[in-house]
Amino acid sequence: MQTTPSPFTFSGGIHPSYNKELCSGAPIRELPMPARLVVPLSQHLGAPAKPLVNVGDTVKAGQLIAEQNGFISAPVHAPAGGKVAAIEETLTAAGRTCAAIVIEPDGSQEWELLPRIADWRTADKKDLLAQIGAAGVVGMGGAGFPTRIKLSPPADKPIDTVILNGAECEPYLTSDHRMMLEFAREIRVGAEIIRQILGAKSLRIAIEDNKPDAIAAMEQAFQGIDGDVAVTVLRTSYPQGSEKQQIYSVTGREVPRGGLPMDVGCVVENVSTAYAVYDAVANGRPLVRRVISVTGDAVQQPSNLLAPAGTLYSDLVAACGGLRGKPAKVISGGPMMGFTVSTLNVPTGKTASGLLLLSAGKISSYTSQACISCGRCVDACPMGLNPSELSQCIEADDIESAEQIALMDCVECGCCAYVCPAHRPMVHHMRRGKALVMAKRSAAKK
Amino acid sequence: MDPIILQSTLWIGGIGLFSAVALAVADKYLSIPEDPRVGSVLALLPGINCGGCGYAGCADYARGIVLHGAEGNLCAPGGAACAHAIASFLGVAPVEVEKRTALVLCCGDDTETIRRSAYNGINECAAAQATAGGDKGCTYGCLGYGTCARICPVSAITVANGLARVDKSLCIACGKCIPACPRKIIKFVPAAATVHVLCCSKDKGPAVKKVCGTGCIACRMCTKVADGAINMDGFLAVVDYSKPLTSEKPIEVCPTHCIRKA
Amino acid sequence: MKPESPSDLYIVSSSPHTHSGESVERIMLDVLIALAPAFLAACWFFRLEALRLTFVCVAACLLTEWLCRKAMGRARAISDLSATVTGVLLAFNLPPALPTWMAVAGSVFSIAIAKQVFGGLGYNPFNPALAGRAFMLISFTGAMTTWSQSTWLQKIAGAGADAVTTATPLGFAKEALKSGQALPVFNTGLLSDFFIGNMNGCIGETSALALLLGAAYLLYRKVITWHIPAAYLLTVLAYAVILSLASPATAIPPLFHLLSGGLILGAFFMATDMVTTPVTRRGMLIFGIGCGIITMVIRTVKTGAYPEGVSFAILIMNAFTPLINRATRNRVFGTKK
Repeated sequence: MQTTPSPFTFSGGIHPSYNKELCSGAPIRELPMPARLVVPLSQHLGAPAKPLVNVGDTVKAGQLIAEQNGFISAPVHAPAGGKVAAIEETLTAAGRTCAAIVIEPDGSQEWELLPRIADWRTADKKDLLAQIGAAGVVGMGGAGFPTRIKLSPPADKPIDTVILNGAECEPYLTSDHRMMLEFAREIRVGAEIIRQILGAKSLRIAIEDNKPDAIAAMEQAFQGIDGDVAVTVLRTSYPQGSEKQQIYSVTGREVPRGGLPMDVGCVVENVSTAYAVYDAVANGRPLVRRVISVTGDAVQQPSNLLAPAGTLYSDLVAACGGLRGKPAKVISGGPMMGFTVSTLNVPTGKTASGLLLLSAGKISSYTSQACISCGRCVDACPMGLNPSELSQCIEADDIESAEQIALMDCVECGCCAYVCPAHRPMVHHMRRGKALVMAKRSAAKK
Repeated sequence: MDPIILQSTLWIGGIGLFSAVALAVADKYLSIPEDPRVGSVLALLPGINCGGCGYAGCADYARGIVLHGAEGNLCAPGGAACAHAIASFLGVAPVEVEKRTALVLCCGDDTETIRRSAYNGINECAAAQATAGGDKGCTYGCLGYGTCARICPVSAITVANGLARVDKSLCIACGKCIPACPRKIIKFVPAAATVHVLCCSKDKGPAVKKVCGTGCIACRMCTKVADGAINMDGFLAVVDYSKPLTSEKPIEVCPTHCIRKA
Repeated sequence: MKPESPSDLYIVSSSPHTHSGESVERIMLDVLIALAPAFLAACWFFRLEALRLTFVCVAACLLTEWLCRKAMGRARAISDLSATVTGVLLAFNLPPALPTWMAVAGSVFSIAIAKQVFGGLGYNPFNPALAGRAFMLISFTGAMTTWSQSTWLQKIAGAGADAVTTATPLGFAKEALKSGQALPVFNTGLLSDFFIGNMNGCIGETSALALLLGAAYLLYRKVITWHIPAAYLLTVLAYAVILSLASPATAIPPLFHLLSGGLILGAFFMATDMVTTPVTRRGMLIFGIGCGIITMVIRTVKTGAYPEGVSFAILIMNAFTPLINRATRNRVFGTKK
């Protein structure tokens, strides 16, 4: 066990103002149980879960209410005991609609847990994976990829390094930071389980150098661990938390174009996911709640709340003392990659790490100004793309050219739009271009 | 004569002559013979290359008809006359074509509907739809950012007051606007039909009323006066264009005026 | 139905939702601030002439920009300050006694033909100010190469104390080169005059000191990077060193090459124009080297008509910018090194 500065740093990136002090000092607080939970059936990447309960049923906390539907999917459990009031369409944070099970909690504290695997060190890999799958654990950094699948790479892709992602490079958000401070022991156990499942030789805990207390907490928690384990201190730079950039910063390996981390022998798991793995294996508790930072200058009391999945944003805001002034933008996630929502009547899910409310003074507007070719986006792009040229191709509907100059390699981190002096909606262009490419590809397949 | 002038003239003339001969020879020996019928069919097509038939322009479609046995009635701009001409040229029985037109099945402009958010982004419908599900209060209706209008090859679609409208007299029924609409509310209808339900909202009446002053609220009044030509699909009245509907009664009885002449 | 007031609605947009705060206006303002020392120097050396030309060019550029945008039915024009920058840069590239109407003609060409015809700021392939200057140099050759009487020659060893010339140092050198005469030795006393700006030339290009002050500000504000100016100046220096080693008698000393003509102004303020220069670092270096070579070829080839080549060098390299951008794309992350 040692602490080392990261040996590499990706090229590009930006240094936004982090504004983490708004709630980095606020201890995690449990949200009073809301009167109504709208639990989306799609809180993960892949097919939505299939409901197993009917309107009027009474469910216990932790009870399976919707089953995994297909290989890339995850089950959904009841976050609280209560009555199923409805099964209806809801608007999700990403702006789509999806079916949701509405539960009216009745205040019962009884949990329906999975059988615990107390002796996980001697447990079979298959049983551990099944437990993680049954508990509905998904990547909690944002994408929501089912952890069960991520931890079962094919035999020809041996994993030698597990990276525990504690970078939390998104400005404002502090949920992972607080998790590392308050649940360090549990995260360690989760990381050990992940390492054991993958049979990985090395374990790295990657944290940006602007969180010295989290680094210290992790150092202490991983004291006495066997094997090649180190806390890797990353230079603070956005997007250090992005999977590809982080693997490069920690190991110097570049995930090949179109490839996955396992192609370079790595698996990256978010610290909150490690906690969820621990909770699933050691306590048998399915993933039904998470810590979410409710922050920004338009909320009275920025907080880190432990909230059940399905909590409406309006309940989160109410638990933080309400709004301060009128928010101009309500963002699910952080300011760099989060999604704006049009109403507070949107539920959280397993992947929601933050709810950001910003007043008009804190946001900037996009314009339709022309690109002045200043090249700042070219310098900032961590993927080595030319966003200026890409956005202009897409604007001209020249999708073929955009594809040729690596449009599909864009990770939508937003560095280009952040630095653009013409305030062009760069990421919006990229997303539109990528959607057009995907449509073209699926049309070609037919 | 100045030798320089003579020299230049000879050189340039010589190069020109040589190139002309080379081109003539190449044309004679290297050209790929094409079925002469392709040219004849091409001449019967309108030649506007809209791509509505599914081929990359009129020449490609002509090749499709002659060489690959494509149907001769796919040309919407050409219509029945064109289909008949092609059929008689090929000596086959003509297939009937009904003249169609594209129609935007929404009449909720910015006066009638509300916006649920303030959109700040690219002026394009799919991009707006991908941003928090679109800014229109109604999640079914026309977003009004004009993607259909920009893709229309004959400028038959205009956006006014946040709503796209098709000018029937200009529409050539090429169908380009139909997949371009992210909300899929542009449909082909028979050009002869005059009475339409201009709403796509599948929501219940109260939910529709909250966001739109002219949406279908599923009151079923129209179905009673349309002789079976308007039916309910859930909470939405839908015109069955296979049945004749010339009576303007449905227009009169619709309380929200979403049944209109178009 | 009455629509809700837009201010009650949450703004929805694509991510990111935060911004560095940079803007085109701020960049243009920084360039204007950086040009201020050179403007003061121009006013000192050329008095009212500098004031007149700068005012005329800026006013004509702004008016042309406004009229063009209005005629094209496009929004927003003069508030982004780009036309102001073009006006100042064009004025800085004009000789002091130039008639006002010529300056106006050049300004109109710069904005209307070199910029707005292509669609305005961001779409112009050539630097508008330099395109305007090239247009004037070809159209009004006489007026554009007429310089006021100056005593800079007096300090050259061998010239008489009453020597007065109406040529720029580069023009003087070119004449000597063409007629096959040996150049008088440029001495160090003259060097400091050149550095401060006490010589013949266009109103904004003479004072290297003032221009370097502005350049330092641009570098500090990160409006420009060192790549193009460094590549440009070092290429000129290297070329000049080779020439002077090859034939010391007929070559201008390298330092004089750096300080005379429009090199400093061009290297820091015009070869760094964002719109018309490459976006990658490697591309910037290639651009700078290309400018350096073309400048020196125009300056030192005996049969050439022009004593100075900075404007043409940058314009020619502007034409290569799309090609350079294509050729110097960054390596995409995850592809072979």
